[in-house]
Amino acid sequence: MAKYILKRVIAAILTLLALITIVFFLVRLMPGEPFTNPKLPPIVLENLRKYYGFDKPLWQQYLQYMGNLLKGDFGYSFHYTNKTVNYIISQTFPFSADLGIRALCLAISFGLVLGILAARKRGTKIDFFCVIVAIIGTSMPDFIIGACLQYFFGIKWGLFPVAKYQGFKYTILPACALSFYTLAHVSRIMRASMLEVTTQDYIKTARSKGLSELRITTKHQIRNAIMPVMTILGPTVAAVLTGTFVIESIFAIPGMGKYYVESVSNDDYSLILGMTVFYGIFLVLCNLIVDIMYGIADPRVRIGKK
Amino acid sequence: MIAQEKFVIKGKNTEKMESISRPSLSFWQDAWRRLRKNRAAFIGLCILTLYVILAIFAPILSKYSYTAMDAHAMNARPSLAHWLGTDSTGRDQWVRVWMGARVSLSIGLLAAVINMCVGAVIGGLCGFYGGKLDMIVMRIVDILYGIPSLIITILVMMVLGKGIGPLVVAMCVVGWIGTCRFVRGEVYRLKEQEFVMAAKVLGVSDFVIIIRHIIPNIVGMLVTNLCMAIPGAIFQEAFLSYIGLGIAPPNCSWGVLAKEGIAYLRIHPHEIFWPAFFICTTMLALNLLGDGLRDALDPKLRGTE
Repeated sequence: MAKYILKRVIAAILTLLALITIVFFLVRLMPGEPFTNPKLPPIVLENLRKYYGFDKPLWQQYLQYMGNLLKGDFGYSFHYTNKTVNYIISQTFPFSADLGIRALCLAISFGLVLGILAARKRGTKIDFFCVIVAIIGTSMPDFIIGACLQYFFGIKWGLFPVAKYQGFKYTILPACALSFYTLAHVSRIMRASMLEVTTQDYIKTARSKGLSELRITTKHQIRNAIMPVMTILGPTVAAVLTGTFVIESIFAIPGMGKYYVESVSNDDYSLILGMTVFYGIFLVLCNLIVDIMYGIADPRVRIGKK
Repeated sequence: MIAQEKFVIKGKNTEKMESISRPSLSFWQDAWRRLRKNRAAFIGLCILTLYVILAIFAPILSKYSYTAMDAHAMNARPSLAHWLGTDSTGRDQWVRVWMGARVSLSIGLLAAVINMCVGAVIGGLCGFYGGKLDMIVMRIVDILYGIPSLIITILVMMVLGKGIGPLVVAMCVVGWIGTCRFVRGEVYRLKEQEFVMAAKVLGVSDFVIIIRHIIPNIVGMLVTNLCMAIPGAIFQEAFLSYIGLGIAPPNCSWGVLAKEGIAYLRIHPHEIFWPAFFICTTMLALNLLGDGLRDALDPKLRGTE
């Protein structure tokens, strides 16, 4: 087990190193440069470059950036002058995290329930409903789901506020829009794996012992069927995170996704660099946690294959 | 003692036993037969064919150009003159939707095909030859696999600028990794099987083994994968265009149209409806077709109904 975790941690660190390196050099390759104001006198320009370290060779800049990262310093934003990337992230990340956690909870809880119900009542209306949800979820991009929810629930029927993020009522539409794809995915996988488990011998044994259907489902089926769902948790976090890019700009939520999209259109390279690295670290950590959790939950890994 | 000649075997016709009762079908004929029987997959195929035909011919046959603005017909509702209405600068939506379809569908297909080819070649070589090459490539793949692909795609787009070419390149930088892993696993498994060993013992060269024995065994799965990868690529294109990378105006894609439509959601909801409708139905059709192909091309299900 310890060997397994150690292997995962080393892989995660290597991934992070590769990610930061790739992102750093890609951002340096981007056309244009940060100080474009034509009014700047050459001497000021030179001083600015020296201040931000652009006069040094690229590898020194890279080492310096890595050093700063180790200290937790992501650098400055070019567009929002006087703001550090750390400040922007600390201001915007809570909104994104709040939205993302709500969406994840919604997606996983409803997805599991829907999948379990659909598998238990196979061929009935609820199964059909599950199929419809899965079809909608996999064939509609999230910005279209967001726009639909906004139009019908916000504008046409006036049930929920259309934009901003100032209380529980504001969170419902964006969280629903963000969770839809994942919800569909989770419910489909859960349904399939529940059906697969149903034909196993230990379910027959449980039934012949005279256990009630409820007990069989909760004690035997769900426990075994939930493993495949756990494997998609890592990609799921990534899907929700990229979903925040569009959902936040549709619903005008001041989160990181919205800033990221804006910094893309503003050519704010240092903010892009900082945020990308932050996202990368976040996702790699999430994947690591999911991997370790999977290792703990799966007895085949826990006991240890050599 | 009864003589041997006096025995007659009843109910056994040696001539008929050897005759072939059904016409023999090749793998692809059988797959096509099963695909046609799968109603959902067949509907998907019909929708896709229709869309491809419309994308080719609708812009040519319409009297409007996809860039021509008309100040007298801004934000028009669908009518006989403009079948799907017009956008905020009076451009005909019917033509724009199909011009968008050209871009979206070709990007989806191109990105998926390139990813598949690159992934299959690298994965195939690693799986077949193994050894040091395999170890090095797989370490790199493992590291790249952990990096969220969308982030790399966005950054590469920013380096290369907007347009169809950069979009495809950006999607292919990390897109091949999934196929590579999958093909490597398959080839590795096939390599150990008896028929490959038999071919090797008979002195068949590696090249012929790959062409005659390995590729026919994975081509079905590759086609299914391809069909499932196209919706992903179209999704990505729509997403990138939506956040302002992707396709540069006045060119359009479904993602660009959706982005333009969402801006007028409150007043002119029909402008988002059509691009959304075509994106969703294409995704649906491709997913249905992919499911159907997976069943039709699965050799284990061959001959079953």
